[in-house]
Amino acid sequence: MSKLRNYLDRIRPDFEPGGKLHAFRSVYEGMETFLYTPRTTSGRSGAVHIHDSIDSKRTMIIVVLALMPCFLFGMYNTGYQHWLALGATEFPFRDLMLYGFLTILPRVAVAYIVGLGIEFTFAQIKHEEIQEGFLVTGLLVPLICPAEIPLWMLAVAVAFAVVFAKEVFGGTGYNVLNVALVTRAFLFFAYPAQMSGDKVYVASGIPFGYGTALPDGFSGATPLGQLATQTGADIQLTGIDGSVIDSWQAFLGLIPGSFGETSTLCILLGGILLLATGMASWRVMVSVFAGGLFMGWIANTFASPVYPASYLPAVDQLLLGGFAFAAVFMATDPVTAARTNTGKYIYGFLIGVVAIIIRTYNNGYPEGAMLAVLLMNCFAPLIDWCVVQANMRRRLSRATAKTE
Amino acid sequence: MKLKLKKGLNLNIAGALPAGSDKVESAESPVYAICPDDFEGFTPKPAVKEGDSVAVGTPLLYDKNNNAIKLVSPVAGRVRAIVRGDRRRILRVEVEAGNPAADSPAFPKATDRDSAKALLAGSGLLAMMRRRPYAIIPDTADDVRDIFVSAMDTAPLAAPAGVYSSIFTKEDYESGVALLAMITDGKVYFSHDASWTLGTLKGAEMVEVEGRHPAGNPGVQAANIKPVNKGETIWTLDLPTLGRIGRLHRTGTLETRTVVAVTGPEITQPALVGCLIGTEISALLAGRLSDAQYHKRIISGNVLTGTAVDTDGFLRYPYRQITVIAEGDDKDELLGWASMAPSKMSETRTFPGHFLRRAFRPDARLNGGRRAMIMSGQYDKVIPMDILPEYLLKAIIAGNIEDMEKLGIYEVAPEDFAAAEYADTSKLPLQAIVRDGLDSLRKELE
Repeated sequence: MSKLRNYLDRIRPDFEPGGKLHAFRSVYEGMETFLYTPRTTSGRSGAVHIHDSIDSKRTMIIVVLALMPCFLFGMYNTGYQHWLALGATEFPFRDLMLYGFLTILPRVAVAYIVGLGIEFTFAQIKHEEIQEGFLVTGLLVPLICPAEIPLWMLAVAVAFAVVFAKEVFGGTGYNVLNVALVTRAFLFFAYPAQMSGDKVYVASGIPFGYGTALPDGFSGATPLGQLATQTGADIQLTGIDGSVIDSWQAFLGLIPGSFGETSTLCILLGGILLLATGMASWRVMVSVFAGGLFMGWIANTFASPVYPASYLPAVDQLLLGGFAFAAVFMATDPVTAARTNTGKYIYGFLIGVVAIIIRTYNNGYPEGAMLAVLLMNCFAPLIDWCVVQANMRRRLSRATAKTE
Repeated sequence: MKLKLKKGLNLNIAGALPAGSDKVESAESPVYAICPDDFEGFTPKPAVKEGDSVAVGTPLLYDKNNNAIKLVSPVAGRVRAIVRGDRRRILRVEVEAGNPAADSPAFPKATDRDSAKALLAGSGLLAMMRRRPYAIIPDTADDVRDIFVSAMDTAPLAAPAGVYSSIFTKEDYESGVALLAMITDGKVYFSHDASWTLGTLKGAEMVEVEGRHPAGNPGVQAANIKPVNKGETIWTLDLPTLGRIGRLHRTGTLETRTVVAVTGPEITQPALVGCLIGTEISALLAGRLSDAQYHKRIISGNVLTGTAVDTDGFLRYPYRQITVIAEGDDKDELLGWASMAPSKMSETRTFPGHFLRRAFRPDARLNGGRRAMIMSGQYDKVIPMDILPEYLLKAIIAGNIEDMEKLGIYEVAPEDFAAAEYADTSKLPLQAIVRDGLDSLRKELE
């Protein structure tokens, strides 16, 4: 252990100004603070002398842990859908997991390499410490995309999002929009053919030469994709093998969809970890579901054949697509959510409502949750502004009441 | 009146005073010192020269902005040194204890508002109070709406109010309230916790406060009883200061004794020590410091708002507590952010230690890097006032005077943000930010 410490101390001069590796100072510091808790101590006067053990790294790692159930399930489901499409009758667990792992590995790697590369560069230019925000973003991005998203598209989208949604605003803590969702939105609008339709949500390739390729033109639409093309009131959602998807199936998540978004069960497991550790706001999370239920109920009450998705019961709305994932992991991002307690209720509720509105009344965009969160990200400062104004008014009226 | 505050935190730190112990040991030192830095808003000018003889209560320093406000000698003897730092700034005045060659100053009797203020200013007791807005020493010109006395210290490891009964009596406190009542047309609020045994003080509005830190801060109590509006001024003080005021008012003598809680994980035998204001730290720590070899941090005061001092330093305002913790700058902690060790202290439920009823041994490290404000609602949980801390802090950082006013900067002091600074994931220097905001506002409006 002290060998490692000694090694770090020995190579430190190379990274300091004038050292031959000075251009990589941010990388060195990032690694050093990752390995060892910084020795920086509190100020000697006018400051607290002790600090809580929690730091930004701990916070982010809890979120990463909370994403693990979804990630593992995503690996399994990717393999499962692939096997299903091949017409298999046996689903060997290890093969499924391996297939899913090999499929997603390059996506995760590309997301982290591109995103962290940009973060390290900006940290170097700004002479700041590396911020941990992208540890979470880098994992979120592959989870909310189709498993076989082309790597170059992913790289372009991540680069765009990190630079234009985050770094230009000042880095982690200053961004207005959720970086992972900006990545997703960029892909959605820039490459719609690869991000929607019925061809992309079942992995068909042979990652690193493993598995059997699917025949060209294989199609398996997601439940939300099927909804958009339904016509009558009698909704029938089916898996790629033609079996019926009921609410229970949708809850478990062995259905086609984005890599980590399909299983509401696994999302809830992550949500429980976030709430138990207090790392996500229960106010936001609960309000998103409440808003979704409310709007889903309204849509269902006034169901019309023009909008086939309105025939979906409210609860099913929450189980399908990216709704639950957005509620648990996207809406609760503390930087882009409303920051006041009152604001959080409003912010969350409106995300739920808007997600269902977009999904139900605009057949072109089945992925309403993503757009709803991005939209409410923009409105969060306004919601907070109103709450802050109320506090200011209360103080002002107290002062004037006294002088009268 | 009863006041129950729900927000706040309880830090369970090792080295607490033994429960129920009211045994007061004593300590003396050859030299005593007064440090003007402790008195925010006081611009020091020396009132004595090195070598002068002084008695208890002889002015050592006076305020450049209001010559009537003094800091006085806690002990009779000879001025040993006026120690100056950069740009000849006065760091402290040291007094060597000895036989009094100078006469004790005769303090005038307080009969009305002006003479009461003059008595406090001349005896150095005014400087031991604080005023809001700005959290600085009061001025004799202040038009005081109310006065808030807090007889409870909720800070980690602090001593209960009862320990001062070795110095002050109920008559002292009541006499103090009587003098303060001359100064304000409003009320003198006296807040205490359930451990208060002396009953109702005549003339005071008694408030029983229940809650975790910072519930004991007089400013927090004021914010919940009767908040400070723009244009209003309140004074705040602690129990020993009230006792001193009362004793001076009642008998004409200045009491400079105090009781110090010597506590903390690096103290072998936590104890109450009776001594004079400005005693040398070495005298207070003699035989009590653990002999562990790692670096230690000696704090005059509590771990949240105190001042770090060296072993050759002196007891600093508010003269109630010394806490010694490990410094931690000589510690290597591999992957601290992933640690599941039960010894990690945290307000969050991400560490197992949070669920354990144990005393922790925190050190002075930040435990992380400084970041932008990321988590929301964290400060709110530990500041029991009707303000929006994040927005107030952001207004201060942005230098937006108008928003600072609207968001309630007149109601706050840096110490009210100490609990939030401890709990902050982003490790921001909240107290320093608030102090900056208060100072810039004062500069702007004066």
